[in-house]
Amino acid sequence: MAETMSGIPLDPFYSDGLRPGDYPYTRGLHPTGYRGKLWTMRMFAGFGTAADTNARFHALLRAGGTGLSTAFDMPTLMGRDSDYEWSEGEVGRAGVAVDTLADMEDLFAGIELDKVTTSMTINGPAAILMAMYVVVAEKNGVSRADLGGTIQNDILKEYQAQKEYIFPPRPSVRLITDLIRFTTAEMPRWHPVSISGYHIREAGATAAQELAFTLANGFAYVEAAVDAGLHVDDFAPRLSFFFNAHSDFFEEVGKFRAARRIWATWLKERYGAENPKSLMCRFHTQTAGASLTAQQPENNIARVAIQALSAVLGGTQSLHTDSYDEALALPTEKAARIALRTQQILAHETGAASVADPLGGAHFVEWITDEMVRQAEEIFARIDQLGNGSMLEGVYAGIEDGSFAGEIADAAYRYEREVNAGRRIIVGVNEFTEGDGGESSLLSIGHDTEELQLKRLEQVRSRRDDKAVRASLAALVQAAEQPDINLMAPIIDAVRAYATEGEIVAALESVFGTYVENAVV
Amino acid sequence: MSGISSCPAPAHPHEAPIRVVLAKLGLDGHDRGLKVVARTLRDAGIEVIYLGLRQTTDSIVAACEQEDADVIGLSMHNAGHLTLAPRMVKAARDAALDVPVVIGGIVPAEDVATLISAGVAAVLGPGASAAQVVSTVKAAALQAAGR
Repeated sequence: MAETMSGIPLDPFYSDGLRPGDYPYTRGLHPTGYRGKLWTMRMFAGFGTAADTNARFHALLRAGGTGLSTAFDMPTLMGRDSDYEWSEGEVGRAGVAVDTLADMEDLFAGIELDKVTTSMTINGPAAILMAMYVVVAEKNGVSRADLGGTIQNDILKEYQAQKEYIFPPRPSVRLITDLIRFTTAEMPRWHPVSISGYHIREAGATAAQELAFTLANGFAYVEAAVDAGLHVDDFAPRLSFFFNAHSDFFEEVGKFRAARRIWATWLKERYGAENPKSLMCRFHTQTAGASLTAQQPENNIARVAIQALSAVLGGTQSLHTDSYDEALALPTEKAARIALRTQQILAHETGAASVADPLGGAHFVEWITDEMVRQAEEIFARIDQLGNGSMLEGVYAGIEDGSFAGEIADAAYRYEREVNAGRRIIVGVNEFTEGDGGESSLLSIGHDTEELQLKRLEQVRSRRDDKAVRASLAALVQAAEQPDINLMAPIIDAVRAYATEGEIVAALESVFGTYVENAVV
Repeated sequence: MSGISSCPAPAHPHEAPIRVVLAKLGLDGHDRGLKVVARTLRDAGIEVIYLGLRQTTDSIVAACEQEDADVIGLSMHNAGHLTLAPRMVKAARDAALDVPVVIGGIVPAEDVATLISAGVAAVLGPGASAAQVVSTVKAAALQAAGR
């Protein structure tokens, strides 16, 4: 029984028609909203060596965090080892460095993998990191079936926005469907893809573009998995989404509500899903990194709180709140703690979690939800036409002709011009600029991280059985040449032999090739 | 765009417009800022040679030579600037290329002096306005031309 601060008793929801939990879930997935289960406060962390990030994980869990979320450094995200020529200067900087299974063992040391859920933000080489996680669990006596969590594994938005691709789109989508098939069969608690609008928005897209491109990618993965022989209801219940919470409060709430409605409608009507869980758009949200300002950085605490509230009122399943110092560097521990505390204040002090979809029924909120759906449907129609009735082919075509990236860049430039012309006010940047406190203490990763990691990699290379590594990589190449073989098993074998991430990627590149985008401005 | 039109175009000795090579060096894929800068410079009458992602010092040097570039603009968002920027400066010097290097992106103020002493011509940090971007590139080109 919930009540207001002043003691007024509250129902789980208020309604004069559609209720939370009713198809098409515009008003939320559950009639009890957050009363049954609060959102997961999942704080993204990763820097330095695996041991450094492991310490941050333990600190976040002690502070009341309820899930882990791993940021990898740029070489890891790009499938390159720490000793690759262009890894210099990037090792352990923007996330944690992982080269081999040994790093993954350090990263999750002392963490009960069957008790926490883990999110891993990795795409191009997702299958390799997934394999490492499975083997680490196995070595700790935890069965893969008991592992819960999410791997981002969303390559399509990489070509559109984040640009961390390795192989060309089609073989990359094969790796994704291989992972979906693997977790569907063996890891029932795992979410094999987190279809992500976050990066599309950060690259400059509008809210409607974020919504539409993301869901279109979701439809594309559904089509790819069905093409690979799965039934939609086998895997759709484990698909999840990842959205951005930006600064225009009501537009964001409308976007979240629209996402649920569109996904449910399309999965049911176009893809024939019958399991209600297949129709439910579950999503993680992160506040908008691109909205944070380097000027007067403490103002970002307020921005983050309001963005986070839009995600909560929009019904997010989990949430990462950005730290106020992230326009300048990776967050300090203090800044990350304030960000987590912001979520705890929302959850326990504001009453925002008491009633499901509390904004539902407001004229403006319903209108902007409808408008988001309308704009997204226009974009879907275009993609569908581009693909001659296939969303997957339409998405491929939009990647190939650069139209996704071009439209996002147009929107980014429009925004920038508005800020520069003063038509859009950003507090502390182009208005109210007095009293900039400057920079407080920032987290800096020293060069010794890189040296430590290189030494670690050298150690692993010298101790492993090179013959076993070579054999496992040869088997992987052979399997990659056969489009029908699921690559997860040979990748797990290579990981177990302590093949490096870069070696596994190179083996796959020898078959799949390397993607180079056609750069247009 | 008032931010640019209000910026007085400095008289410069170039007959032709200033030519800028824009690139991301190494692995970092954050190209939103670089694309915005490319359009901002173009709108200000500067010629942009956009190389885009995953460039190496060699590919940037080659582009500068082929395109007779006046300025190299590199965007960095992954805290690798203290390694990557000096690497670019050295590669240009080794190639006897007298082209100033301007860095933009997420560069904390405390690193700016280090970059300048390593030979970087200018640093445009987070929140730099369009007018600042244009005037910084023009100033770098002018300074190099005056050498």
